[in-house]
Amino acid sequence: MRQQKSIFQNIDWLTILLYLVMVIAGWLNIFAAVYNEDHSNITDFTQNYGKQMIWIATSLVLALAILIIDGKFYEAFSGVIYGISILSLIAVLIFGHEVAGSKSWFRFGDFGIQPAEFAKFATALMMARLLSPVGLKKDTWPVRLQSFAVFLLPVILILLENETGVALVFFAFTLVLYRENIIPGWILLLGILATALFIISLLVPKTTLMIILCSLGGLYLFLVQKRKYILPVIGITLISIGVVFSVDYVFNNVLESHQKKRIQVLLGMEDDLKGAGYNVNQSKIAIGSGGLLGKGFLKGTQTKYNFVPEQSTDFIFCTVGEEWGFVGTTVVILLFVALLYRIVFIAERQKSAFARIYGYGVAAIIFFHFFINIGMTIGLMPVIGIPLPFFSYGGSSLWGFTVLLFILIKLDSHRTFMLR
Amino acid sequence: MRKVSSVQRTIFLVTITAVALVYIARLFYLQIIDDKYKLSADENVLRRVIDYPSRGLVYDRKGKLLVFNQTVYDLMVTPREVKAMDTAEFCSIIKISLEDFRNKFQKAKRYSPYKASVFEKQISAETYGTLQEKLFKYKGFTVQPRTIRKYPYNTAAHLLGYLGEVDENVTAKNPYYQMGDYIGISGIEQSYEKELRGRRGTRYIMVDNFNREKGRFENGKFDTLSVAGEDLKLSLDADLQAYAELLFQNKRGSAVAIDPQTGEILAMVNSPSYNPNLMVGRERSRNYGRLLQDESKPLFNRAMMAYYPPGSTFKIINSLIGLQEHVITPETYFSCPGGYRVGPIFVHCHPHSSPVDLRNAVSVSCNSYYCQTFRAVIDNRKYASTERSFDKWRDYVLSFGIGKKIDVDMPHELKGNVPTVEYYNKFFGKGRWKSSTIISLAIGQGELGITPLQMANAACIVANKGFYYVPHVVKEIGSKHYLPDRFKEKNYTKIDPKYFDAIQDGMQWVFERGTARGSRVDSLVMCGKTGTAQNPHGKNHSVFFCFSPRENPKIAVAVLVENAGQGAQFAAPIASLMVQKYLLGTIKRPDLEKRMLDAIVVPMSDTNDDD
Repeated sequence: MRQQKSIFQNIDWLTILLYLVMVIAGWLNIFAAVYNEDHSNITDFTQNYGKQMIWIATSLVLALAILIIDGKFYEAFSGVIYGISILSLIAVLIFGHEVAGSKSWFRFGDFGIQPAEFAKFATALMMARLLSPVGLKKDTWPVRLQSFAVFLLPVILILLENETGVALVFFAFTLVLYRENIIPGWILLLGILATALFIISLLVPKTTLMIILCSLGGLYLFLVQKRKYILPVIGITLISIGVVFSVDYVFNNVLESHQKKRIQVLLGMEDDLKGAGYNVNQSKIAIGSGGLLGKGFLKGTQTKYNFVPEQSTDFIFCTVGEEWGFVGTTVVILLFVALLYRIVFIAERQKSAFARIYGYGVAAIIFFHFFINIGMTIGLMPVIGIPLPFFSYGGSSLWGFTVLLFILIKLDSHRTFMLR
Repeated sequence: MRKVSSVQRTIFLVTITAVALVYIARLFYLQIIDDKYKLSADENVLRRVIDYPSRGLVYDRKGKLLVFNQTVYDLMVTPREVKAMDTAEFCSIIKISLEDFRNKFQKAKRYSPYKASVFEKQISAETYGTLQEKLFKYKGFTVQPRTIRKYPYNTAAHLLGYLGEVDENVTAKNPYYQMGDYIGISGIEQSYEKELRGRRGTRYIMVDNFNREKGRFENGKFDTLSVAGEDLKLSLDADLQAYAELLFQNKRGSAVAIDPQTGEILAMVNSPSYNPNLMVGRERSRNYGRLLQDESKPLFNRAMMAYYPPGSTFKIINSLIGLQEHVITPETYFSCPGGYRVGPIFVHCHPHSSPVDLRNAVSVSCNSYYCQTFRAVIDNRKYASTERSFDKWRDYVLSFGIGKKIDVDMPHELKGNVPTVEYYNKFFGKGRWKSSTIISLAIGQGELGITPLQMANAACIVANKGFYYVPHVVKEIGSKHYLPDRFKEKNYTKIDPKYFDAIQDGMQWVFERGTARGSRVDSLVMCGKTGTAQNPHGKNHSVFFCFSPRENPKIAVAVLVENAGQGAQFAAPIASLMVQKYLLGTIKRPDLEKRMLDAIVVPMSDTNDDD
């Protein structure tokens, strides 16, 4: 086994470049979003952009530390890291600081730490560790149940913290499980179809939908004319009808009222521009008013004057849209696409299963954030409060994503000699 | 195995690509195709703020402040921001009923749930004081200061006029005004609206989500500065005006005083009148309605709009026409056998020595003398027909500013009535009327209708021996002390100045030994003429016009007291008191003054008086 000559040997500089571009672009946009004449210096530590500079600097230190630590450490200690992460999620439930009904923060003076952000890479490591052993029988129920348990445990704890949005992110791991053949594609497809059915049930009258489903089932049987399909088709039809009728119950009794409102607003069932629809409407106004080239750096009025809520965190994409226009938003989307492609490319070139699975975990989590966050700001997704990776203001989230990405970069740098 | 995983990788990458493409397409729609969001963004951020300049102040000729601005508060509401509150307490503070509250709130909501609109107009400073302490409890309600007009002296209401909110007619015609703006709708407030109001400024400011001001839009590139309204200095003498109004207490009628050498209006009395302070503030519409229904017509601007027969005062004009037409000379004598008969008509005259010359005819107001003079004018052989000579006579009358608008600087002036040839042709038939048919014009009766303003202007003409300046109430406008040129031009009558001396002699005799000798002021040389105007509305009107001093005249006055009998009874004393007050400052005739102040003249049944 060759010894590593330098910690920077075999580093994927393209990924690091993408990372730096996104972090700096994010910082400038936070500056623009919070900007006011009284605090016009981007390094003013009383403002979010000044603080974000500290987060960026510390993130770079973290990144360097991750690159220095031996790559074998992450695989060897993944169980410990996961254990600490779960313990911190429990601890925050007991000792955490309650903000607006959520108990997900440790407070240290001015700064806060959100353990859920770190649970993401911990879970990704654990998942990789669980599924990487050579000769593991992946299509057995114990493995399936274990893999589900690995990401459902943090989900349950985070749901207890009352951070539904963050908990949802962990379902990104189903993509990893799909990639690793733990769950077949049709299950994912079924999930998507069920979601579609749920949404349609909210929009279309029940009886109409029931008649449509029965006719579809009948039509299928009539066209295919195969005996063995009769029972499954009837079964699926009955389950679908069951879903349709359970929708009202789930919608009214399981979901919280603000979640209900957000879904109703998204589906256009309600046009409450001053209430639940306010955020999305203002967000669309900010982005829409940017036009092709945008209003220019620091010239955005909608975000600067606080019409868009959470404009430096969850709605940072609005500032991009308003000040940089369609060109800016497209560039940001392409940056994410490039990063995700690169991560998938890196994952696929690993000879180590651990590194590959971890790589897919990273891609899945970043994709899920990208998908939900930008979708929310342009009114295609319900309002779910999760940050845009590398862009949004926040120490925990930036640290979390930095660690998540740089562990992959470190693992990748070992790809040539970490043979198993 | 390898193959399967590459399929999964492909699906993974396709999913990423698909999401990215959908998002880019959506952004293309939001940012480039749909304009709606651009407009909404401006609506979010931009606020148009109007800077209302303060309206010009109004002073009298001696610098007394007649009109100023007082700050009142409009209570505004933004319906969407209103939260549950103690409505009963709120209503009791601003003194409205719960039902009113609901109606006003609905009205505001219909206007806009998001924009502030006026909930209650012009609440008083006291109410504001009480409300201000509790305003924090009433979310969505704010107070906006604005100014209203205030009048320290309860005087000259018609002349000063008042302001009112603009209606659609105004906003349609003049884009300067917007709904909710105020505009002068009578008096000098209307005629000097442009000078008084100044120019409104507009600022575009940017606000944040709490409507807090955040700075100017584009560094004020689209802003305009407001220009303060100009102050007016009136020619009105507030002391004389107030004194004349006092003399008119319990009487109906009008008095107008003008400086003949400038055309400056010194006083313009309408009685009954109203307190100008009634026409401002939230009580305005109710007060206006009440004044409008008052049968004594306090809103009626008699001085410029009421047509009165001039009666014998008109004999001055007929004298001058006779002289100019050479049908009489000052030395022409006519006899008066107690009246004058033309066909079936007998014009009575009162007892006096006979025959009389022109000066004495003026002095004693001989009806016969004027019937004969008038007939001589109309039947003048010089002209081919009665119509021609009548037209000539009418031209002379019009040159006195009678029967046409004299373009005073106040709105709603009427032109009076001088009958035309067409009118008589229609009324009697063409060729079926002659001087005897229209003989009542000789003594200022018949179809003649003259406003008190025109009568005062006629007095100016006689005082000036043949010309007048357009009467005006504004002496100087603004800091540049500007006065429109049209008030500096002499308007000549068609009478040669040389004919005025004899008339002035006669008018001086009116005071010295004629019909108005009871109103004589020993230290002043005054010229005047009494009149007793028969009218279809009851007892005769008491009419008088005069000027003083005879040389270098300073004041000309016309007075008309409705249904008060002979000119000498009320109009002449009041006019002489006004002249004395203006020229000498003090009144040394306490008995006469007291008699005028105490007199109550109410419209009564028809009785005939004669001069």
